[in-house]
Amino acid sequence: MIKSNLSLSRRRMIGSLAALSGLAALPMPAWSMGKMGGPVRKGIHELSGAKIDLHIADGRFATGGRSGHAIAVNGTVPGPLIRLKEGEQTILSVHNMLDVDSSVHWHGLLLPFQFDGVPGISFPGIKPGERFDVPLTPRQSGTYWWHSHSGLQEQVGHYGPIIIDPAGPDPVQYDREHIILLSEFTPMHPHAIMKKLKVGEGYFSMQKTSATDDYPLSAEERRMWGRMRMMPTDIADVSAPTYSYLINGHGPEDGLELPFTPGERVRLRIINGSAMTFFNVRLPGLSMTVVQADGQNVQPVEVDELQIGVAETYDVIVTPTEAGAFAIAAESMDRSGMAQASLTSQPGREAAFPALRDPPLLSMVDMGHGSHGGGMDHGSGEAEAAEPMDHGKMDHAAMGHAMPEAAPADAHSGHDMAAMDMSGGMDMRDTALLPASVKTGPGIDMVAMNPQDRTGYPGLGLDDVPHRVLNYRLLKSLEMDHHKRAPDREMELHLTGNMERYMWSFDGRKFSAVGDDPIRFGYDERVRVKLVNDTMMAHPIHLHGMFFELVNGQGHYQPKKHTVIVQPGSSATFDVTTDEPGDWAFHCHLLYHMHAGMMQTVSVAFPGGAA
Amino acid sequence: MMRLFSASLAAMIMATPALAQDHTQMDHGAHQMPAAQEAEPEVDHSTMDHGAMGHGQPASPPNSLTGPANAADAIWGADAMRPSREALYEEHGDMQIFWFQGDRMEFRARDGEDGYLWDVQGYYGGDIDKFWFKSEGEGSFGEPLESAEVQALYSRAIAPFFDLQAGVRQDLTGPDRTHAVIGIQGLAPYMFEVDAAAFLSNKGGLTARIEAEYDQRLSQRLILQPRAEINLSAQEIPELEIGSGVDNIELGLRLRYEIAREFAPYVGIEQEWKLGGSRDFARLAGEDSSVTNYVVGVRFWF
Repeated sequence: MIKSNLSLSRRRMIGSLAALSGLAALPMPAWSMGKMGGPVRKGIHELSGAKIDLHIADGRFATGGRSGHAIAVNGTVPGPLIRLKEGEQTILSVHNMLDVDSSVHWHGLLLPFQFDGVPGISFPGIKPGERFDVPLTPRQSGTYWWHSHSGLQEQVGHYGPIIIDPAGPDPVQYDREHIILLSEFTPMHPHAIMKKLKVGEGYFSMQKTSATDDYPLSAEERRMWGRMRMMPTDIADVSAPTYSYLINGHGPEDGLELPFTPGERVRLRIINGSAMTFFNVRLPGLSMTVVQADGQNVQPVEVDELQIGVAETYDVIVTPTEAGAFAIAAESMDRSGMAQASLTSQPGREAAFPALRDPPLLSMVDMGHGSHGGGMDHGSGEAEAAEPMDHGKMDHAAMGHAMPEAAPADAHSGHDMAAMDMSGGMDMRDTALLPASVKTGPGIDMVAMNPQDRTGYPGLGLDDVPHRVLNYRLLKSLEMDHHKRAPDREMELHLTGNMERYMWSFDGRKFSAVGDDPIRFGYDERVRVKLVNDTMMAHPIHLHGMFFELVNGQGHYQPKKHTVIVQPGSSATFDVTTDEPGDWAFHCHLLYHMHAGMMQTVSVAFPGGAA
Repeated sequence: MMRLFSASLAAMIMATPALAQDHTQMDHGAHQMPAAQEAEPEVDHSTMDHGAMGHGQPASPPNSLTGPANAADAIWGADAMRPSREALYEEHGDMQIFWFQGDRMEFRARDGEDGYLWDVQGYYGGDIDKFWFKSEGEGSFGEPLESAEVQALYSRAIAPFFDLQAGVRQDLTGPDRTHAVIGIQGLAPYMFEVDAAAFLSNKGGLTARIEAEYDQRLSQRLILQPRAEINLSAQEIPELEIGSGVDNIELGLRLRYEIAREFAPYVGIEQEWKLGGSRDFARLAGEDSSVTNYVVGVRFWF
């Protein structure tokens, strides 16, 4: 039984689209007539046309023997696929049938800021029983998604995919496509999760070190972690078994099947719509050709596995030539669980899924101690990455010690020694290394001593697998960017936190403290933003409203992205042209990190200074 | 002797924040660095006025520092935006938490009458400022309550892993006593949970209590917890049968199983010694100065 209704082949697509536009004209369906408390169906159905209605309502979701409250849109989790065409206007009409405020943020879409869907920044939110209309003429194409930006509704089902087909021919050739929307389900209330994260150290992890574990850690290393009051297993704040990992709303026990015919080029539009989970995605026996990242086409790159951060998207082509069933295995980064679906040419034939691999561990590199002499972070990429940066013009004093590549090695040695002296080994929190723009205090439990650009890192646990893995330096934009200017200015932002207290912030200040003091940009500035991660967690940092180009050594082919993972104890840099005026949210897309305060408003001036 | 203990007590209380590597009070100028470090010319933070530069970005163009305070006000109206903006800020960093923990709720089997003990605490507040309360007490079955107290404290995060706590303690047994409390609580290096406090009573008696616990995981749910407590007094307090110096020491070992993280039954053993003057008081009263308790209890929180 094929459970997906997204098995459109390219040949049938035109007909299907016509049928669906017809459907949109039918009388209002049952889920739109009143409050939904009933069972939620598993996504994903498709909506398109000149007017698209989304109804947000309560429901009950069940998978694998557990069930609980969910917020469903049009009666399903995930909500419907919104399928648009570049240049064709549509009206997205959002109906809030909850008894609390709601919203929809169109993740990755370029549109006037007042329709971006963040209550308190772009609009007042949608009150219970109210409707909010968003007129949209897509200026882009690719794979995106939408989700609530109210409360913690994203955790409980309020999300869905967006596909915008290009106005012209699609540079990506494919015969069939499937959406792979990754997410989590838990019956636990998101506010309960937040509280447990605040009060219970490592509440959700069942993979901690213990007297009887099998981790390859020496007694000395264990003492070192203890001395620092940190855990090498602190990889995912929330994990299985609390979470059931989903593909298109289907848990592992739901046996989701996605069809193919041997020889077809199958486009998988992979979207990480989860609240808290990075996934390692692979199809054992098939290589994946990455053709798009965050909705923007990239030059094809063939890999066997990729790690996708929360809120990122990747489009890949797989070409299974033989009949059979292939596992689509999306393992959580901490390897506590797996989202599963079968890509199968024979209905009813389920793939054999690989076992979970051993959990990875954090290391000194994740504490920002650099990779002294290691080749990984000093690859050729960085030298090129730095090419457009004029260090001579930079204010090094302000950047202090956070410039690992530019500063001569001996400039740091004094500091390292000082740190060593202070705590009989090393200082995990030498606040003298921070620029003055960072507010120090109890909210910062670590300062990366020597943060490196780790855009060449494939993600925790994937640096030693025996096959090809994607990393950011492999991403090259399909189109050359002819208009790119050198950055007018540079700024540095620190990602800060305290694991024990579960405090998260930018520059040591929670959003609650700096809401009225946004990060300001002029109109059409060209800014280089360096993000320095002074924590031991990887943060997927998302900028609303604008794409930035990741400084990854690809010169005029830097990939455009809306979300960038900043690896633990490391830095990542992007260039952005601030040509979308208005106020935009800028935050860590780990839902509970954002909720704890790791968020800011980015305010872009209007052209000519007009408000 | 009295002076010695006052001094050592003060030293201990001072030393613990230092263990927490608290740099918050230091500015860069005051940071004690080796001479080589200070000689490094390019890192002179003290002469730079970063405060005026907003987020520390060098040389912002003029137009980036202007613009409307809130762009959405111009579209939707300031009145419509205000409540959602206030809610947004509050939700993203200002959440208030209530937490209650029964750290030790136990039955104690021992020579003579068996006894019981409670040791609970909790708080309400945000990341930095909290109202913290504590209560502990013990007794023997068939006898009046032996000791009991409650504490109400203001707790402020002063370092990544430590809170400074100050408030009052009311004793519920024995002669009427109210104490001013100052202490620190938090997580010391090597993951020791530490709670150290000094108490100054309304009769002028200065005492102190230092507790430390360590959780050794044997598996993901089975946890062995060594625990130590030492009570000190700066002077003899005859009406409380406390001698000057070390009043008593308790060493315990508890093995708990976390059925859920929030609910963990345990078994254990705890040894208690009275020392010095307190031991003499105990002997005079015909009590044992050394007691071994075999304990069964539950640790829970919500």
